[in-house]
Amino acid sequence: MKRKIRSLGTRQKVVVIVVAVGAGFGLGFGVAHLLGGSIAYWGVVSGPFLLTLRVALPATVIAGVTGIASGYALAKGHFPGRNLLEALGSLPIILPPTVIGYYLLETLSPGTAVGGFLTRIVGHELVYNVTGCIICSTVAAYPFCLRAARASIEGVDPRVEQAARTMGLSSWRVALLVTLPLARRGIAAGLTIGCARALGEYGATLMVGGDINGKTRTLSLAILDSFTTPERNAMLLILVLMAITAMAGVGLLGRART
Amino acid sequence: MTAALEVAIARRIGEFDLDVAFTIESGISVLFGPSGAGKSLTLALVAGLIRPDSGTILINGRVVTDGARGIHVSTQERRIGMVFQDGVLLPHRSVLDNVALAVRQAGGRRERRAIARSWLERVGAEGFVDRRPGSLSGGQRQRVALARGLAGEPALVLLDEPLSALDATVRAELRELIREVILSSGVPALLVTHDAEEAADIGDVIIAYDDGRVTGRRVVERPVPPRTRDDDLPQSGAPA
Repeated sequence: MKRKIRSLGTRQKVVVIVVAVGAGFGLGFGVAHLLGGSIAYWGVVSGPFLLTLRVALPATVIAGVTGIASGYALAKGHFPGRNLLEALGSLPIILPPTVIGYYLLETLSPGTAVGGFLTRIVGHELVYNVTGCIICSTVAAYPFCLRAARASIEGVDPRVEQAARTMGLSSWRVALLVTLPLARRGIAAGLTIGCARALGEYGATLMVGGDINGKTRTLSLAILDSFTTPERNAMLLILVLMAITAMAGVGLLGRART
Repeated sequence: MTAALEVAIARRIGEFDLDVAFTIESGISVLFGPSGAGKSLTLALVAGLIRPDSGTILINGRVVTDGARGIHVSTQERRIGMVFQDGVLLPHRSVLDNVALAVRQAGGRRERRAIARSWLERVGAEGFVDRRPGSLSGGQRQRVALARGLAGEPALVLLDEPLSALDATVRAELRELIREVILSSGVPALLVTHDAEEAADIGDVIIAYDDGRVTGRRVVERPVPPRTRDDDLPQSGAPA
């Protein structure tokens, strides 16, 4: 089994994670259904679940790309504003989500200078819709991707990078062919935590997305809204089992050689 | 004739003060001296991994470092090959990839891999081209590192204590291989060692170092191989 896992390519590993998350969802839904009788959970649960995926996946990709890029810059570069970038990158961890939500709402609302400018660029408003939710989840996931990427890039043996430079590889090729592949485990851990944070984002999403049923109500928001109804059990179970199966999948792949 | 390498540099690191000047020609030159004499530091300066406080470095007549004129050609642009003490191969790539990535000559991936294979054959590493460096012995790693150092047709190859981490038997084997492969490649080499026997076995010229200064230079006398009867016979295809 372990041998088979080791021989998996990147695409197959992604499939394993997706299957693990899907299994968590199915298991949670099934168990909740058995416990709660014949309540029609699907219509209540599937909308927030699918919306959560629609929000968390692009947010993880954006936070991952920007987090790795800025983590690399912080690990390797000495430039003006380095400390400021580091401090700004850590803010979403330190500040309460509602404070982040407030400032995002202030910044992104079409009535403000920045929000108005961004609204004209994007072509539609950035608040009270899925775009706003994606921005909130991205901001929440970014610090984890940044910090993990920075730490793992700093952990790469500088002599290996020096050897690559003596081989005539340009700085870009050293980064892409040597540094990032060697830092891949830490980066993958950061992306996993970032994705989990994006899936569970609540406070800022509530303020910027507005918790509109069928439009911006993600699973985390839906749990609160259905707190007094039997559907909450399904949602809670789905989230918990999704988290367990996803972490089991990541743990299984973590033992594999990339 | 242009020297393969001309060095006249100074660099201070804490209490240590390096101030050296020397020239090397074709063949293998050795920087020999005790640990802490500044040999490896000199190699790092020649490779462009560190900047000197002042001075100049010319490789094949091309200025790659000139403190006064603010010239510092990057390591990538110096066209050097380097063999580190413990190989320092890319741990996540195969042996073949490690060498193929160092091939600078024009051509596609297939051509570069063919060149890499031929270098791995020359150093006797053809038996483990698909393995990862982590699964190789110290001697095997150094063979691959030597192939990698030479595969890019460098103007100069630098070897930083390439045998010091190996046991005596493998060391003796690799001394011969290093000398043979480098001389047949025609690439000038600068090797660092603190082992007098190794310096005399591998080097054509020995530059003695002590406490950050060059303290001597000598040409190694090599016995001329005895002439055999075959040497007197005309070679096939050669005019009689």
